[in-house]
Amino acid sequence: MADRTSHKENPGGLTPRAAGGPAVATGVRESVDLASALHWYRQMVIARRFEEETERAFRRGKIGGYLHVYSGQEAVAAGMLAELRPEDIFFTAYRDHAHALFRGAPPGAVMAELYGKATGLARGKGGSMHLFDVSRGFYGGYGIVGAHIPLAVGAAYALRYKGTDKVCLLFLGDGAMNSGGFHEPMNLAGLWGKEGLCPLVIVVENNEYAMGTSVTRSSAVTDLASRFNQYAIPNERIDGMDFLTVRQTAARVAVDVRATGRPYAIEAVTYRFAGHGAADMFQPYRDKDEVETHRRRDPIVTLEHRLREAGLVDDAKIAAIQAEAEQIATDSVQFAEESPAPPPEDLHAHLYGEET
Amino acid sequence: MPEQTYRDAIRSALIGEMDRDSSVVLMGEDIGVYQGTFRITADLLAKYGPTRVIDTPISEEGFVGSAIGMAMLGLRPVVEMMTWNFSLLAFDQIVNNAAKIRYFSGGQVDVPLVVRGPNGAGVQLSAQHSQSVEVFYAHVPGLRVVAPATPADAKGLLRTAIRGKDPVIFLEHAALYNIKGEVPDGDFVVPFGKAEIARPGRDVTIVAFSRMLQVALAAAATLAEDGIEAEVINLRSLRPLDHNTIITSVSHTHRAVVVQEEWKPYGAAAEISATIMEGAFDLLDAPVERVTGADVPMPYARNLELLALPHEEHIVAAVRRTLYREAASRA
Repeated sequence: MADRTSHKENPGGLTPRAAGGPAVATGVRESVDLASALHWYRQMVIARRFEEETERAFRRGKIGGYLHVYSGQEAVAAGMLAELRPEDIFFTAYRDHAHALFRGAPPGAVMAELYGKATGLARGKGGSMHLFDVSRGFYGGYGIVGAHIPLAVGAAYALRYKGTDKVCLLFLGDGAMNSGGFHEPMNLAGLWGKEGLCPLVIVVENNEYAMGTSVTRSSAVTDLASRFNQYAIPNERIDGMDFLTVRQTAARVAVDVRATGRPYAIEAVTYRFAGHGAADMFQPYRDKDEVETHRRRDPIVTLEHRLREAGLVDDAKIAAIQAEAEQIATDSVQFAEESPAPPPEDLHAHLYGEET
Repeated sequence: MPEQTYRDAIRSALIGEMDRDSSVVLMGEDIGVYQGTFRITADLLAKYGPTRVIDTPISEEGFVGSAIGMAMLGLRPVVEMMTWNFSLLAFDQIVNNAAKIRYFSGGQVDVPLVVRGPNGAGVQLSAQHSQSVEVFYAHVPGLRVVAPATPADAKGLLRTAIRGKDPVIFLEHAALYNIKGEVPDGDFVVPFGKAEIARPGRDVTIVAFSRMLQVALAAAATLAEDGIEAEVINLRSLRPLDHNTIITSVSHTHRAVVVQEEWKPYGAAAEISATIMEGAFDLLDAPVERVTGADVPMPYARNLELLALPHEEHIVAAVRRTLYREAASRA
């Protein structure tokens, strides 16, 4: 296992390790409004229930190809996207269903994409690994590990080049940090950031495993956040299982990056409860006790406790949210089932932007 | 019409597009302070500044991928590959991202990216710096692949490439940078997928692109001295491929020779030969001939390098074979 204890030494995770310059944000909100966290609790419950339904549909043969579910990691994407403005943009890899849902994509359209239907988020052209919702600033899910990283760096440059104060959020996994696709664009991000031309928030979703290869077996340096020092990108490691921590960090970092045009990296230590993909049934790389230990830190349960303590939810409210999630999942499946397959003429559509 | 070198045609097209559209940015290794390896971008850093003329570290995957991200956000990046050999380091970005993002997003984004630079061989740079990559990219749906052979085409095709919505593989040739040719005044463009009859003729069709067009024209002049009138097609683009111009020409010449600098197996000439077979089988009076580079990594020694490249005499010989006059010429 990676050094999962080190983030506990810094429980708030709020001490930036400045690398190459100050990263002190001004006007940072010190406390997150718990009432608005209720909205995100609901989103996380919906995403969890939605993923259960995708796994069921996969087993029923309704979803083809690969399926990578997000269960266990919800606090990371929810906490980060909670602090993105509507006009901001983001990129992620292939474990992308929850990211689309959190950004407001219709659950039916997400499920329909997994089903390969014309009503899908990408018209049935991309599937699970390539969700896209550009109208909501979601510039895609990508399937080649690490290869989406330079896209986000260039996109961030473009945002600043065009004179906007938008930021670009980039999600990547711990496995991507060992790929060449990581190091080259991070060097560019560090360079362009020095000119204020790279408003990029980088979020490493460290879920401990690159498929079945643990961080300790894949990374010579397991303190992943520290690896951004190499590229003059300020960074910190936080507890990615705690929504409030992620959100507080996101709020502070987004203000800083938006103001400076400099990139900033967050390593969010998290854990995936499911296998790597739907085909990863036996998980020989980890034992059940390990999974159970992490399940005791379920980010949804953690947030629920906080909301209960604050008197914002009770059993009845929780039950109502779960019923709503159940309904959304059921409706999504029904929508996907009833939607038409893409028409045959779509085979050649969307290839080029213009005829020749 | 005024004359311009191939280099100046490209450079002036870049300047024109940068003046016309502030979303055009240039990126590449040593294009700014160093002035460009082949001086295509000379003085442009001073003219447009470092946010539009971006000197990159040596990191093809990183900067091509970043350019794709810029293009997705509405910029029009023109990336210089110092030579196309280096593009293999960015092959995944070009093939898996640039070419496919529009398709797998269901048409949600344009990727108006141009990657340009010298392709091909001939100046003793040996194996790793002397190859022709056109087929690697022409194989891939979602890309446009163009290979101008003249200054006018270079200028007109580059304008089309920069103004379009799709990723373009723009293959220049280092051995052409100093050639001169007439270039029309004004804002002319050369569309993709429209070949040109570079020299009309009745006896045989020679199809060529990039530097091989110049070699084919020289061969046609030699053949004319022997009373053989070759029609030479300047292909301009490989994807899209102008089937109509090729088939129309072969329909009246009934014979064809296809020329490429690259390796023979699975090459552009094979694709074009198959196109002719599919579109004009009944009209052929001889098998289609291919003239290609040797099937080896490019050797350094000058004599071996020359042996590895197609030359005028190879085209002349191939034409004679299609006319069944090879033996006569040897006599």
